[in-house]
Amino acid sequence: MYNVLKVTGFSLLMIGGFSAYSNYGIPQIIPAPPPVEEKLELSAMTMDQFVAFGGRIYNGKGTCTLCHNSMGRAPMLDRIGSVASENLKNPNYRGTAKTVEEYLHESLVKPSAFVTAGFGKAGSNDTESPMPDVSGGGIGLFEAEIAAVIAYLQESSGSEVTVAIPALPAAGAGTSNAEEAAPLKTPEEVIAKYTCGVCHVFAGHDLENRPGTLGPNLARIGATRSREYLRQALLDPDAVIAKGYAAGMMPKTYGEQLKAQELEMLVNYMAKSK
Amino acid sequence: MPAANASEAVSHASVTAPATTFQTTPAAANTADAPDTKAATYPPAPKLTASDYPTIKGVNSRVAVWLVAQLHLWFGAFVLAVPIFVFIIEAIGMATRDERYDNMAFEFMKVSIIAYSLTAILGGLLTFSLVLFYPDLFKYLATIFKGSMFAYALLFFAESAILYIYYYGWHWLQGGNKKWVHLTLGLLLNAVGCLLMFLANAWTTFMMSPAAVDAAGVFNGDTWAAIHNFLWNPINIHRFVANVAYGGSIIGAYAAFKFLSARSKEERAHYDWIGYNANFIAISALLPLPFAGYYLTAEMYAYSQQMGITLMGGVFAWIFIIQAVLIGALFLSANYYLWCGMGRSEGAYRYNPRIKYIAMVLVAAFLVWFTPHTLVLTNAELKSLGGPYHQYLGVLGLMPAKNTAVNFLIVFTFLSFMFYRRANKIATVSWVTTGNAIQIALFTVGLINITLLGVYYGYFTNNVYKVAASIPQVLTTLTILVVSTIIDTLMYKGAKEVAPLHWGRMPARSQYALFLLAVAFTWLMGLMGYVRSAIRQHWHVQGVFRDNSVDAFTPDLGYAANIVSIGTILFMVMVMFIFWLNAINSRRVAAKGYWKKPA
Ligand code: HEC
Ligand code: HEC
Ligand code: HEM
Repeated sequence: MYNVLKVTGFSLLMIGGFSAYSNYGIPQIIPAPPPVEEKLELSAMTMDQFVAFGGRIYNGKGTCTLCHNSMGRAPMLDRIGSVASENLKNPNYRGTAKTVEEYLHESLVKPSAFVTAGFGKAGSNDTESPMPDVSGGGIGLFEAEIAAVIAYLQESSGSEVTVAIPALPAAGAGTSNAEEAAPLKTPEEVIAKYTCGVCHVFAGHDLENRPGTLGPNLARIGATRSREYLRQALLDPDAVIAKGYAAGMMPKTYGEQLKAQELEMLVNYMAKSK
Repeated sequence: MPAANASEAVSHASVTAPATTFQTTPAAANTADAPDTKAATYPPAPKLTASDYPTIKGVNSRVAVWLVAQLHLWFGAFVLAVPIFVFIIEAIGMATRDERYDNMAFEFMKVSIIAYSLTAILGGLLTFSLVLFYPDLFKYLATIFKGSMFAYALLFFAESAILYIYYYGWHWLQGGNKKWVHLTLGLLLNAVGCLLMFLANAWTTFMMSPAAVDAAGVFNGDTWAAIHNFLWNPINIHRFVANVAYGGSIIGAYAAFKFLSARSKEERAHYDWIGYNANFIAISALLPLPFAGYYLTAEMYAYSQQMGITLMGGVFAWIFIIQAVLIGALFLSANYYLWCGMGRSEGAYRYNPRIKYIAMVLVAAFLVWFTPHTLVLTNAELKSLGGPYHQYLGVLGLMPAKNTAVNFLIVFTFLSFMFYRRANKIATVSWVTTGNAIQIALFTVGLINITLLGVYYGYFTNNVYKVAASIPQVLTTLTILVVSTIIDTLMYKGAKEVAPLHWGRMPARSQYALFLLAVAFTWLMGLMGYVRSAIRQHWHVQGVFRDNSVDAFTPDLGYAANIVSIGTILFMVMVMFIFWLNAINSRRVAAKGYWKKPA
């Protein structure tokens, strides 16, 4: 009996130790609460509410803080208002925006129009932005949400908020979000959506005569490459560089953007192109 | 809401109408009950609101399901693991004709047979609590896994039948052909057991990496694809190996308990020997476990970078610090037990001075492993933490440094074991000096290679695949392990014993190392179970079926740790109960004068 007590005591002590360490030995981070599915009544919103809505998207669904934080993955945006007007005058600027608001919009949906020095994709010499198009695949913000984010960015960087609250209801915002967007059903659709055809030629009558020559011809790729290889080529393009092509060209964002099923569909499709 | 009706309607029709309809949109699913719609199809994942989740006053449904599931998993892991090594021990016994092995194997089964019924009870309770608290989720999963649920039930009956024949027939199926029949039964038992676990894993992994459903959760009818989803095999492997290690550690605790309460010298010797073997099993399975773990992680990244980042870079990064502490504790206590074991013979004193160096390396490796990664956090999390952490320890927090540390941990634990094995022996073959030189060279070159690889990947590559880049290190470690085992086995063939081995001559504190192993293992399993679920965040089925219950939030680490502790305590209580049942089973009280004399 004495042994039972000793063993029990010993075990309790250890379990208590583990618990204590997990509670007091490490910093307690409260995980972000689940994103709220908002019922959007844009017409009834004040500008303050609209800005706050943008802030919630910025910190939540937009996943902006995954990169825009103090750890140097992406520039901080706390002065973006004035930075934007400077960038518009920068000789490297290749976009079409005239105002800060337009610039911000462009930054979100065509990030490569201007790439902050030092933050470009590796090897692209700051011509390509690693920032994803926030209206596409992985993040899937709607126009109204993008407008709200812009309002938030302007407000939080201390510049004038010029965005008007859109009159339209945010298309489906509230009930639907990126993950629930209708799935793509055919590999052709996936290839079209992610614009692979710009750089590659694929098998299949619809896709055979596209101009894509920036990347390797994939019409018979399945004859020489395994599925694992193809999957990796999509998820981590620089792991193996196809002969005769430069690293860094093939976008690295597909791993984040493609849904698992879309990825498998593409891999299957390519593996079967023999 | 027609979804419920539709699901009813289609789940019958679906048997005859297979995969052809999988491109039907969710909207079409809702009209499946209309008479002229020919296509039978599956419903999309339901969109629930908090009121769709039944509640019982005073019961936190998530915690209830969590605890029951975890307890079921613990017992399941144990019950599946024991026959694996019992099979091996029985085979060893047959090969060596040493009856002690057969008796030990039987004794292990004795412990696990009671645990088996507890597993089944807990499994029933788990199903019940799922149906009770998460009816829609259960229904959704059951629709998808309908085919395999039936198989699961059949397998469960097969498992029970074989198990009982195996156990109760142990002393009947002895000698010659009968023993072979018995061994075959053991093999069958393991095959069925593994299948059972794999089927159960399919549910879990489907929730993490759903397959055979579209983005709205409409099932395409291909059950095998749903089972064989992206993370299925990685989890199968990791769990299989972890279960063996876990089973070994629980048996170790059993032996330690018996050792401590033993009354005679023989009994102590017997349980010392069993404890030693159990510890050996636990360590053998512990060594490959980090590799299986990293493989699992690499696959999570491959499946979804977002999931990978959530796991390793976000809130959960800290969990790997806790994990490191626990695994460090596991390795240290396993080593400590081995070192204590050297006291069983006089021959071992030669090796004592070297132990402290091993201990130093182990602690150093442990500290590196323990260094946090750079963290990726949301703003709110950054605020609650007061800034990102450990930017300066950056490189040590990187995967390659950790991999290096883990490999060191493994190699040196192996070294401890080799010393232990050699402790009481003197090799008699002519090439001892050469053999030793080769082994020293092997370890030295191997460790240098591991270090260089770690430094190379840590500083000179910028690939995103640092997790997978550790393969050459792993291969080095495996080479050391395999080659040196071969050399050692040959070298110590027919070796002289220095002094007799005194089983039972172990200090009591060494037995606490065995307890530590079992408790830490249990707790670790619980913790990792939490991580596995928690990286789904607010999803029941990742990206497809949202959790809208009041408990959809991700619990923080401290809270999770406390639940895991409660679970561990409950588990330990049940285990003690099993040990106690075992003890009273062999007790005989002669109640004189109670029974009437036979006429
Ligand atoms: C995968 C990481 C990533 C995510 C997620 C991300 N960004 Fe970016 N972002 C970057 C990087 C890197 C840059 C700098 C390169 C460039 O200028 O395009 C950038 C640039 C920007 C710029 C332009 C800055 C300038 O000075 O011109 C804005 C504005 C911006 N991001 C806003 C956002 C918002 C809003 C979100 C969320 C909806 C977001 N980003 C999500 C990585 C990211
Ligand atoms: C901006 C141009 C560009 C786009 C867009 C692009 N790729 Fe590529 N891709 C390349 C280049 C350049 C290479 C060769 C260098 C390398 O291997 O990374 C390549 C390589 C590949 C390879 C490996 C070929 C081999 O033989 O090694 C595959 C497969 C592939 N791409 C598929 C795709 C798919 C699928 C998409 C759309 C989801 C896509 N790519 C979009 C430029 C692009
Ligand atoms: C020595 C190293 C390791 C040990 C001892 C260990 C131990 C365990 C144990 C006992 C389980 C529970 C298994 C079960 O439920 O049957 C587990 C699960 C898990 N481990 Fe490991 N592990 C190790 C390495 C790793 C690593 C390096 C990672 C990832 C970085 C990892 C990730 C996981 C995950 C995500 C689970 C949950 C899987 C599940 O329970 O379904 N493990 N581990």
